[in-house]
Amino acid sequence: MDTELILGFEIHTELKTASKIFCGCPTVFGAPPNTQVCPVCLGLPGVLPVLNERAVEFALRTALALGCDIPGRATFDRKNYHYPDLPKNYQISQNYHPFGTGGAVEITLRDGTAKRIRINNIHLEEDAGKLLHSEVPGADWSVVDLNRAGVPLIEIVTEPDFRTPEEAQVFMQTMRSILRYIDVSDCKMQEGSLRFEANISVRRRGDTALGPKVEIKNLNSTKTVLRCIEHEFERQTEMLERGERVAQETRLWDEVRGCTVAMRSKEFANDYRYFPDPDLVPVLITAEMRERVAASLPELPAPRRRRFAEEFGLPEYDAAILTVDRAVADYFEEAVRICGKAKPVSNIIMTDVLAHLNDHGLDMEDFPVPARSLAALIGLMEEGVISTKIAKTVLRRMIETGKEPRQIVEEEGLIQISDTPALEAIVDQVIAANAAAAEEYRAGKDKAKGRLVGEIMKASRGKANPALVNELIDRRLRG
Amino acid sequence: MGLKPTYGRVSRYGLVAYASSLDQIGPLTRTVGDAALLLQAIAGHDPLDSTCAEVAVPDYTAGLREGLRGVRIGVPKEYFVAGLDPEVERAVRGAVEKAAELGAELVEVSLPHTPYAVGVYYLTATAEASSNLGRYDGVHYGHRAEGAASIVDLFSQSRREGFGEEVKRRIMLGTYALSAGYYDAYYLRALRVRRLIKQDFDRAFERVDVIAAPTAPTAAFALGAMADDPLEMYLTDIYTISCNLAGLPGISLPCGLTGDGRPVGLQLFSPAFSEERLLGVAGALEGVLGPAGAPPNL
Ligand SMILES: [Zn+2]
Repeated sequence: MDTELILGFEIHTELKTASKIFCGCPTVFGAPPNTQVCPVCLGLPGVLPVLNERAVEFALRTALALGCDIPGRATFDRKNYHYPDLPKNYQISQNYHPFGTGGAVEITLRDGTAKRIRINNIHLEEDAGKLLHSEVPGADWSVVDLNRAGVPLIEIVTEPDFRTPEEAQVFMQTMRSILRYIDVSDCKMQEGSLRFEANISVRRRGDTALGPKVEIKNLNSTKTVLRCIEHEFERQTEMLERGERVAQETRLWDEVRGCTVAMRSKEFANDYRYFPDPDLVPVLITAEMRERVAASLPELPAPRRRRFAEEFGLPEYDAAILTVDRAVADYFEEAVRICGKAKPVSNIIMTDVLAHLNDHGLDMEDFPVPARSLAALIGLMEEGVISTKIAKTVLRRMIETGKEPRQIVEEEGLIQISDTPALEAIVDQVIAANAAAAEEYRAGKDKAKGRLVGEIMKASRGKANPALVNELIDRRLRG
Repeated sequence: MGLKPTYGRVSRYGLVAYASSLDQIGPLTRTVGDAALLLQAIAGHDPLDSTCAEVAVPDYTAGLREGLRGVRIGVPKEYFVAGLDPEVERAVRGAVEKAAELGAELVEVSLPHTPYAVGVYYLTATAEASSNLGRYDGVHYGHRAEGAASIVDLFSQSRREGFGEEVKRRIMLGTYALSAGYYDAYYLRALRVRRLIKQDFDRAFERVDVIAAPTAPTAAFALGAMADDPLEMYLTDIYTISCNLAGLPGISLPCGLTGDGRPVGLQLFSPAFSEERLLGVAGALEGVLGPAGAPPNL
């Protein structure tokens, strides 16, 4: 059966405010259980919430960055449901007048086509605590950690605009990139500060009505989300092929078995009974406030990518990679501003710098080499003092020692040999020692030259100027 | 006597929430002067309560000796209708006449949405209560049922055992009023009528300084006397609910006894944040009506 995937996301992102949304408790991740709590976030009788203004500013930043309509007045509602990780048994959220409605995110797929993903709404709410289940088999208890209860969350709800796993994947990267650019969340999926819930349905291609949607929770990495989408698409397609009805339900992703399982509907068949929270007053959003927040927004990844391509003449591919992370893009721009060589800077960042970050699990902010020093390294390359190959070695030494590139080059004698007589001696020596290869090259076998170049580079400890080496070989053997 | 201040005059922080948009802490005292002193101590802005108003706190005892000359007292016709005990009516009208003798001007006013107040109140209050009382589930504190087989059982058994009949009745009413499909018809409509009730008062206060009315349609009844008929009991709230829904200050003071010695209450309302005016008029009336006296021997 020819079916198509219909998918929408609900994205929860924890805001990086210093304190919780309705009390003064800190929001540091990983503190011992129940050490970042107070009467308000414990939901004790008699307490009242007081809204954190920073969280409002973050919600507005997000809404503006995603092109949402901002209301003049936003309000909070109570979402009522019973669960042990929710101390009040209601969550303060926004149902009727959220901070943003409408809006869209543009994603660029691998083949270069662009697609608009529409946003339904963006709202601000408090996070719940965490249940820790006993690992003792047969244990009939769980414990509750309320450190996370009351941490501000933004929920972004998309329209069901995704048709392929690739679209979903690119969107997840784009969304993470935007949220990090606007500095509202650190977006660490492993720590739960960025969580995706997928609403998936499948329909026969050509149908216009949407099928019953299955909501899937417990997706804690991009990879998991993709596996889950593929699995759920297959599961629902098979059900349709067998003529079965897909139930509208909430399912959990089971990482071990690699499939989704139905949640017991008794616990979650909920009517949330939303109503305006009488403990909070409406937030009035003035034009002045909106303008101030808009003015504080940085250039976003998509326009920055276009600008990198135009202003620096970079290939689309480079521009896309360099602008995913704001700190990387800033680093690139600063290095280029100093040395003026965009493509070489791009090359060394995309290969060596990003590889180093990746291998060590670091963020750009943690990279020990300042942009100024990287620019100096590129300068040495451009002046012909060192080769591209040596530059990689020098960068490694810079990371290890924190020294400036010129000092490393001088101390370790890494200056490129561009001196013809000195290099001629090495070339002659290598030709003599590799007579067979030399003879082959002389006879017209171009491939043999590579072997000779390799030997010369080895003999010069990588310092030979490659252009000059090529020229000298030709002069000797084909001159 | 009892004073219910303007909603937002006294912080609700520390008050166990029942109906958050109506809850307001107020003095229960022997004299109007004591009520003024106590309000002086508890009124004012509190950064821990977002609904607590940033309105300056005046000297509440300053107006207590001012007298009634020139005060315009509104008498709402909707409060003197069928269902009002004749003995209560006689005591209340008697008190208002005395005020007139001391120089107050009596003006008949109309609060046309009064008949809807009980319905609006019981939808709003129970809806909010059903949510506010959600936290008493036996997980974090309070009564926890023994032997529950699952978390859902723990919730329902603890709540079944821990709450009394009247509380359960209100939680169920409120849960129903907020349910999908009923929210618009009940809770949302109640919110709209609540605004109409508030407008009634705004209009009336364009013509008068305070409004005087019976506190309840009957004199005080014995504890538990209406336990078997909750609806009848809810209806005795009919006269006190409107000022609560409108968020206005109200004060109730004893104005006489029935033939069998049960106390009758007179209440006064005034515009939002004008407790000093309310206390002044109540203080002057207290002077003519005499002290509350000892509780009757029932
Ligand atoms: Zn707290």
